Amino acid sequence: MNSDPAAAHQELRQAVRDFATEVVKPMAPRTDQEHRFPAEALSAAAELDLMGILIPPEYGGAGLDHLAFAICIEEIATACASTAVLVDVHNSVAAEPILLFGDEEQKRSWLPRLARGEILGAFALTEPSSGSDAAALKTTAKRHGDEYVLNGSKVFITGIGHAGMYLVFARTDPATPGAAGVSCFIVPGDAPGLKMGQVFAKMGLRGSPTGELVLEDVRVPAANLLHREGKGFSVAMRALDSGRIGISGQALGIGQAAFAEALAYSREREQFGQPIASFEGLSWMLAEMATQLEAARRLVYHAADLCSRGLPFTREASMAKVFTTDTAMAVATDAIQVAGGYGYIEDYPFERFFRDAKACQIYEGSNQVQRIVIAREILR
Amino acid sequence: MDFTFTPDQLAIRDTIRELVQDKVVPRAAEIDQKMEYPKDIERLFAENGILGIPFPEEYGGISGTSVSICMGVEEIAKADTTCSLLLAVQALGSYPILLAGSEEQKKRLCPPLAAGEQMACYALSEPNSGSDAGAMKTTAKRYGDEYVLNGSKIFITGASEASVMVAFARTEDSGQKGISAFVLEKDKSPWKVEKLEHKLGIRGSPTGYVVFEDVKVPAANRLGGEGQGFKIALNVLDHSRPGIGAQALGIAEGAFEYALNYAKERQQFGQPIASFQGLQWMLADMATQIEAARHLVFFAATKVDEDAADMTKYAAMAKLFASDMAMRVTTDAVQVLGGYGYITDYPVERMMRDAKITQIYEGTNQIQRVVIGRALLRE
Repeated sequence: MNSDPAAAHQELRQAVRDFATEVVKPMAPRTDQEHRFPAEALSAAAELDLMGILIPPEYGGAGLDHLAFAICIEEIATACASTAVLVDVHNSVAAEPILLFGDEEQKRSWLPRLARGEILGAFALTEPSSGSDAAALKTTAKRHGDEYVLNGSKVFITGIGHAGMYLVFARTDPATPGAAGVSCFIVPGDAPGLKMGQVFAKMGLRGSPTGELVLEDVRVPAANLLHREGKGFSVAMRALDSGRIGISGQALGIGQAAFAEALAYSREREQFGQPIASFEGLSWMLAEMATQLEAARRLVYHAADLCSRGLPFTREASMAKVFTTDTAMAVATDAIQVAGGYGYIEDYPFERFFRDAKACQIYEGSNQVQRIVIAREILR
Repeated sequence: MDFTFTPDQLAIRDTIRELVQDKVVPRAAEIDQKMEYPKDIERLFAENGILGIPFPEEYGGISGTSVSICMGVEEIAKADTTCSLLLAVQALGSYPILLAGSEEQKKRLCPPLAAGEQMACYALSEPNSGSDAGAMKTTAKRYGDEYVLNGSKIFITGASEASVMVAFARTEDSGQKGISAFVLEKDKSPWKVEKLEHKLGIRGSPTGYVVFEDVKVPAANRLGGEGQGFKIALNVLDHSRPGIGAQALGIAEGAFEYALNYAKERQQFGQPIASFQGLQWMLADMATQIEAARHLVFFAATKVDEDAADMTKYAAMAKLFASDMAMRVTTDAVQVLGGYGYITDYPVERMMRDAKITQIYEGTNQIQRVVIGRALLRE
């Protein structure tokens, strides 16, 4: 293990940090309060190749590794978690599966557009009655000649209504229940029959639209089948493995931002004639926050580094996801506490960090599912 | 030990439970989403005597015990925190009068509050004096039979709806001993609410930034002697803190009950998620924490009602433990519901947002630890 695998990406980090600070951060309160899709930030991200982080240059992307990816998401998330999750989902679970499992034709037709940010990618696995039990999904894909016809409904889809491409997981073999009957399809956002259902009002990540995707006789060419029939579930699982690295980066960024703001506040706020940071009790809270974040940071970079080097990383990615997201929630909760009443009002960013952090414990596999993954890996 | 409520208390609880089920439960989501002061619920509570709970019968109320206040606040908070503040703040704003007022002041000021004709609020914090309440800057200068108040107060719950405000101000230049307490009646001593905060939670409860510009208050409305204000403020908080513990308890119970029912119904992997051991452990921890908090809250309330010498410590412990518990339990309740917990179609994300404030107001949990630490070292 390198002492700090992330050190090699210092220049990249600085570039993304500048972008996050100058472009993303000023818009973050409005993105949240007005539930506003951060279109400008995403366009600006595309110009910096941040919409094609993992995509090789031959398909128009930056061709960076997963460690670089985690750092990019982390830096954007310090400024705005809504923007970061859209960039994250687009790069990881939407674009990466095409890169890993697509044929040459699929790669040529989709990756350059995704990398340039012309279209936003989305990932449609979850259904109303299949969340953690993803393999129980009911959406069907029936083959008719050179096409598949998709029917069903998906829920909690990030980027709903704005995505130009959805990876949709559907059952091609109704006779085979569970994972073995599932296949993955590349569905264009403008495919007839693809409809947006309810867009949810959420606790946080309010600039990132989340909602229901309804498929009514959606016809896609057989050429849009990603990987083979019956291989969809393994596509999803592989996508989520590296997706978790991105979500860990997201949580790390939120936690870091909450901590940095709390630290700054505690140095400025005076009570009893001195900065509150000078009180021992409060300084212990700050120390605890910093320690948890540092441990989280090491776990994320370690998992990302393993993935970047082509080594097994499932266990580490799940550990990083559980630990960083639980840390982000704890740190964001305490950051409000440090700022007291000011932490509870919208004039300060603390309450937004808190609302945004909670999602990280839930999506891309709830932390309960992560613990199952970890337990399986260590008991193997 | 056992908390056997009196038949009177049980009757009050049953009345509240019924009203809450019929009228508060259907309104809770809307109050939060529209950030709307629940005037209808305020009237409902007034008409049904609920706002009279903080007052003894001789002053027009129906109880006046901390145990009853806690019971009421807990019941309401199970459904909606904002509505529970109607009772909790009526108690907070009236305690100074009940604890430090003269017989004349109590007889004059309490009955309209007990009847719910008027709402009360409590104004202690200032922009630069939160935990360090003794550093407040608002002044009260005496001119003949009246005082003139100048300054500002922040985070005042109900400031825009109340007709009566207990405000703390400086009658002498420095130190805690220069602070006095005053009852402001809005028609005679109008205060200005300059801003209502946009908040993470308790969104239907107006939190005001209050400005006093030459606000005249009759000397007859000063509570206790000049310089006794800080002592009154602390004594009030000792009495009211179990109520915040009860509020946190109610929020946690509401979230837990919802999560438990969801876990029994939601099927994954062909069985209810409640049948999985990992999830059962989460539910067991939540229930255990709630049970411990319930006992601590009512133990502290009993201490308050007995005017026990060590009530300060127990009141702080109840507030600290119950609010930290509520934060954990509501966070886990959202977790049990997963994505559904995160959207506003379900109530648990609101409960999680509401729970956070209980760790902050009426003395942050950090201040509670200081209070407990001092009490321990005095023993």
